[in-house]
Order: sequence, then structure tokens, then C-alpha cells
Amino acid sequence: MTAEPGDPQGLAPASPGVIADTEALLPHNPLRDPRDRRIPRVAGPCVLVMFGVTGDLARKKLMPAVYDLANRGLLPPGFSFVGFARRDWADEDFAQVTYQAVKENARTPFRDSVWQQLSEGVRFVPGSFDDDAAFDQLARCVRELDAERGTGGNYAFYLSIPPGQFPNVVQQLKRSGLSDSGGHGWRRVVIEKPFGHDLASARELNATLDGVFPPESVFRIDHYLGKETVQNILALRFANEMYEPIWNRGYVDHVQITMAEDIGIGGRAGYYDGIGAARDVIQNHLLQLLALTAMEEPAAFDADSLRMEKEKVLSAVRLPADLATGTARGQYSAGWQGGRQVRGFLEEDGIPADSRTETYAALRLGVDTRRWAGVPFYLRAGKRLPRRMTEIALIFQRAPHLPFAATDTEELGHNALVIRIQPDEGITVRFGSKVPGTAMEVRDVNMDFAYGASFTESSPEAYERLLLDVLIGDPPLFPRQQEVELGWRILDPIEDFWASYTKPDQYPAGSGGPASTDAMMARDGRAWRRL
Amino acid sequence: MTIDLTDTNTSSIHEALTQARRRLGGPASGMVLTLIIVTDESAQYDAVRAASQAGREHPSRVLAVITRKPKAESRLDAEIRVGDTGPGETILLRMYGPLGQHADSVVAPLLAPDVPVVVWWPDEAPPAPGTDALGAVAQRRVTDAAASDEPQEMLQTLAKVYQPGDTDLSWTRSTPWRTLLAATLDQPYPELVSGEVLAEPGNPTADLIASWLGVRLGIPVRRGESSGPGITEVSFETPEGKIMLARPDGRTATLTWPGRPERRVALHRRDAPDLIAEELRRLEPDEVYAETLRALAAGTGQ
Repeated sequence: MTAEPGDPQGLAPASPGVIADTEALLPHNPLRDPRDRRIPRVAGPCVLVMFGVTGDLARKKLMPAVYDLANRGLLPPGFSFVGFARRDWADEDFAQVTYQAVKENARTPFRDSVWQQLSEGVRFVPGSFDDDAAFDQLARCVRELDAERGTGGNYAFYLSIPPGQFPNVVQQLKRSGLSDSGGHGWRRVVIEKPFGHDLASARELNATLDGVFPPESVFRIDHYLGKETVQNILALRFANEMYEPIWNRGYVDHVQITMAEDIGIGGRAGYYDGIGAARDVIQNHLLQLLALTAMEEPAAFDADSLRMEKEKVLSAVRLPADLATGTARGQYSAGWQGGRQVRGFLEEDGIPADSRTETYAALRLGVDTRRWAGVPFYLRAGKRLPRRMTEIALIFQRAPHLPFAATDTEELGHNALVIRIQPDEGITVRFGSKVPGTAMEVRDVNMDFAYGASFTESSPEAYERLLLDVLIGDPPLFPRQQEVELGWRILDPIEDFWASYTKPDQYPAGSGGPASTDAMMARDGRAWRRL
Repeated sequence: MTIDLTDTNTSSIHEALTQARRRLGGPASGMVLTLIIVTDESAQYDAVRAASQAGREHPSRVLAVITRKPKAESRLDAEIRVGDTGPGETILLRMYGPLGQHADSVVAPLLAPDVPVVVWWPDEAPPAPGTDALGAVAQRRVTDAAASDEPQEMLQTLAKVYQPGDTDLSWTRSTPWRTLLAATLDQPYPELVSGEVLAEPGNPTADLIASWLGVRLGIPVRRGESSGPGITEVSFETPEGKIMLARPDGRTATLTWPGRPERRVALHRRDAPDLIAEELRRLEPDEVYAETLRALAAGTGQ
């Protein structure tokens, strides 16, 4: 027995996740016991107010995630969900839209009783973001919910809208008094990437929020960090004894972090043109993956310790001395991708024919720490590549001495440890093995751990996990402004260089990227892993 | 694929398994545990189905031990299912005659290496699960008091013979209620004077919840009866009035709190796959269950 009921040490919040709870729950709940691993964390009474409910993300991910949380019993009694958009809808119309979204996209089975109960708390406020009256109406709506449904004056505002609209909405929240809790209940604001398009705009964006919401109430969602496999990187590295001793320059030759997409830009031309692959995914997702892979062990799995280590390693990132040879970028041209003929980037609707936006970017970064000095981290991200795949690959050095004849090990490559983030989440280890037979011949084989195939069925979707963390107020999985700024500090010089440089190279859709990216690797005597 | 082996032994079963896995292209065996189900022919279908559904979350080797015709001559028949029930493997072991008394000799060589063993008695459990021949192999022993004819007596027995690693599905069924109760007391609450749990007569889960509340809160908690379904109400007397969670329809609960609006929340009953999946999620001894069960048996919880 580790703690008696009533013992103050026994009253810490029960948190079954890899990452510990940091928000102290009320200290006097005798029903919570850290040994009681069955009882999950449940959000307290609250209202979730969502801006941008007509968007794709809201329909495909957020609304289903709200339902799934309710279905898993993780939302509190009386939980309410308010939509705000420029639509002439009544509460029932919005409930119908939510119902459709849930039916189509929820991951847990649809239960009428859960929906009935959830729909009682669904409200809609019509209006545009510069409409004072609409926001006053919203303020009345949430206060009514407090009175009717006991939501306790706790509001989370989810801004699923373009960043250009943030200032308007945030100012309106302030003007209408919604952002001020007056000491009763909490206020939280959730924003989605992109967090700016360079350091200056990221700071500007932050300044918009800063005067209105304190930094600890701002939750920046990078849905990659909500993925089980990403959190599993921490478990793999720090809960095991096998990997950490070789997780350094003594054994690792280089690291490749890849995010490949098979799709083109689709309908996102307006957003994508002028942004490009590096700003779109490298600045946030790939640098976060780099940070988790390269960081030192945090003192504890709480928000502050994790962020401290991530910030340390991000500030140790060094750019290549020559940006011309240490980076590569490309644009997909027309070609055949996955058996279909597709248009080139410059021919996509809404993209100017002289656009210099890259759809493929690759960088070589160094990490100036004792652990990683001299080990290059290669990052690449692109669209219209052969398949969709995100992975972190640690490529190990060759054995210093092989007691076999050279011909025996001709086919032996580097050992590798690959963490697959999506799809088919899991871990692959590549090592040499004897080919059965009388001759001594060693060849590469793979050993696979399929995290995805075995556990995804009921493991929560990233948004589900993140939404719950917002409602509970548990911040470890959310990047802080400092991390965002460090990301831009790394990327800005590269973007400046690219802007002053020639146009991106062309690569046929469905190929593995421009020739310059392979040349970049070849100069270092290395090669990209096959996509 | 399904492979039937009649009058066989464990090494033939092993060989058949290896061959089947090869024929399926040698899928990686990412199995996280071995689950032994001790059952009979009439109940095996539901239990194995629940286990293979739970197996999507916990890929496992499922060994169903089915004893048949105790008077017949000793014989072992095996039915191996690989590749079509989910990520794991299922082996139905039908034991005839005296062999039925020595199931452990069949099961031991078939345990998946290096992973924990869980044994589950969906129906009648042995008098002392921890010292049972099969129970002794396992880290975790799952019984179900609700399936016995005398659930309350069964809980008493389980309390007497409790060993770390024992657990009961009637405790698993309490999780959604306990979650909601814990969440309710996350907010500041008035002094609790006494409590009451209302449920169908003979509902062991209600007994456990009452005992748990009594132990945790240090107040008397009465176990009352209602017409169901399952547990219908948990309430606390406070100086300000009654705090009450009521679920009359088995689906939606209403939280009543003096001076506050009524709040509703879905609270549905769960079926076997969900229960067994929860049971397999954590394999360390459940100390809270042990305390609750002990208090229930001692009558101190209420």
C-alpha cells in the first residue's frame, strides 16, 4: 500500500497517461487515488465555444472528437457546445450539422442516448467576427448555459479560423467581456497552426492574444503532438534501457525525418501559395519531431520540464554553412501519381503561373550538443510524392570491424531504427542476419512492431486527446510561444535565402522529389530512405 | 484460417501454429499477453468473441479451455484460428475425460513466451482462484461474481481467498459510475453526511460501489434496492440537501445538486468486450479493489 486514503500524498490527480497531469485538481477529493488506475481524468463543467464551425476541420475532426469524448464518458454532466459562424441557423440547424458530422466521422459507435444528452447542450450564435451585437448575444448565450446547465463560468474558445481573423475575434471577446473571468471559472483559447509565417508575424499574432489571455491559457494545437506514436517516442527513449546508450553521436550516423504526402494542394491554393512546404509542416511538425528525438531526458514529464528540454535542443539547432548545398526545394510538375495523371503545381487552380512557392523542401540541420555534434539531421517534406508517410529514422554507423569476408557482407547496409508516425504506426528495426545456407552471407532484415495495427482501434484520435487536455487544462502537449519562435528562427534565414535565390526545381508528381535533394544527400555520401 | 486437430497434443498444436503463421506471410507477432478462458461448450462462443474483440486493443493469444464428457477417455481436440479474428491467435482446447482435471499441463506449453498471462472464468469460478492450477500460472485472475448464483456470497468468498492479481468483472462494471462520482467531487462540495446506492437486488457492483464510497469518504453508505436496470441511483445527504446521481433507464444519468441546475450525462452499461478490454489494460494488482472487497466482507464499508 503506497498511500492511505486521506494521506495528502495519496491525493494527487490520477493520471494514467505517459505524461503526468500538471494542473492540481482540488486537493480534497477522497475518491481520487493515484493507485486507482481505472478512473480516467474527466473535464470539469464547461462550455466549448467554437469559431469556424463550417470548416472542414470542425466537421471532420473536432465535432466527432467532442462526441467521442462524450461517448467515452470523459465530458462532464452539463457540458455545452456553442457554434459561432456567419450562417442563418437556429440551434436545431447547428445541432443537425453536428449530428451529420458525428454520424459520418466519429470513431466510436453511434449511441442515440449519448447524442441526445450532448445535443441538449448545443447552441448556435449567428454573426460575423466584426459584429458587436453577435458577440453580445454569444456572451448572453454562455451565461444562460451557466444558469441552465451549471457550466460554472468555464469557457474554452476554439478559433478554428484563418489567423487573419484572430485580432477581430480576440478583440470582440475582450470587448464583450467574454475573455474576463472576473475570478469565477477559467478562460482558455485554442489556436491552430500556422502560428504566423515568420518570426515577426508569429510575435504579432502572439501580441494579439497576449493582452487578452494570459500565456498559460493559450493552447496552440499541433495535432501531431497528440498522436500516440509521438508520445511513444518519449516512452521508447526514456522508459527503456536498450536505446538511450546508443542514442548519440557514438553510434548514430545521421537522422532522417520525413513527412511525405501523396496529395497535391487540393483546394488550399489560397493558403498554400506563398507559404510552401517548409512553413506549412517543417517549422512545426518536423521540428517538433526533431526536438523529441534529440532532446535530453526531462527531469519530469510535466509541461515545464518537457518544454525546457525541447527549447534547449531547438536553440542548439545549427543551419548549414552553405544554404545552397545544405537545402533543396522543388515544385511538382505534371505527372503520374499513384496511377492517375495529375496537374503540376503551377497549373493548379488559384496558383499563379510564376509562383515560387515550394511544394518540397529538404534541409540539413546540425544539433550543437555533446550528444549530437557532427550528426546531421535531414528533414524533408513534400507533396505529390509516391506515398503518404511520416517517419523518424535513426541510421546507425556501420560496425567498426566486420570479422567476415567483404563478399559475405556485401548486401549489409546500416542498422536503422525507424519510428513510423503515420500511417501504420509502429517501430521497425533493421539489422543484418545470416541468410540460411551453408555459406556465410549476411543481409538486412526488418523487425517490426506494429503499434498501429494492434492498438489504434480504440486509441483516441489526436484531436480527442488534445481537446480533453484543453478542457482539463493539462498543457504538456501544446507548444509554447517560445518554441514557435525558435522554429521561425531556424526557418527564417532559409526562407530569406530561398526568396533571394532562383526558382524551386521541378520534380514530376509521383517521384521522390527534385534531383537537387538527392544531390544534397550524395554530397554527404548518404542517400534518402526510399519513400 | 481455421485448423482442426483431433486427438492431438501440444507439440502438434505448436507446429500447426508455426505453419499457419508462415502461410500467412509470417506476420510479426506483436502479442502482448496470453488470455486463458476457462469455460464450457455452451458459453465459449460469447466469451471467445468478447476476447477477440478485446484483442483488437490487446493482441493476444487466446486459449479457451473447454472441458467435455468427464467420463470419456482422455483426449485433446484443438481448433486453431489465426488471421481472421483480429491480430492475435485463438486456440480452442477441448479436453475430454480425466485430462480435464489437468488442463494446466496442456496450457503451460502453449503460453506465448515473455508476455503476461491472464485467466478469465466467465461463468463459475473455482473456490480459490489464486491457488487454482490455472490461476497460479497467471498474473491476473478475472472472475465474475454477477455470473454466479449467489453473487453476494461469491464476493465474500473472493475476499477471503484474495491474492494480488485477483479482480472481478463486477468491479470493472463500476468504473463508469466511479468515474462520474469522482468527477462530481472534483468541484467544491458540502460536507457529506451519509450515502446510499440503489440497485437491483443481488447486484454485486452496487455492493462494491457502496463499500468503496464508505472506505473512501468515511461515511455510512447504505445499499438499497430498486427495480433496476442495474444501478439506478447514488446519493449523498449533505446539510444543504441531497446530491444525487440517478440513472433510471440504464443510459442517461442526471446529476442533482442543491441550488444548481440539473445536469445530464450519458452513462451506459457496457458489454463483455469493453469490460475485458479494460481488465487487460492494466495488469498490476488492483489495490483499490482489494481494499474495497475486504471492507465489504468485513462489513465496515457500510
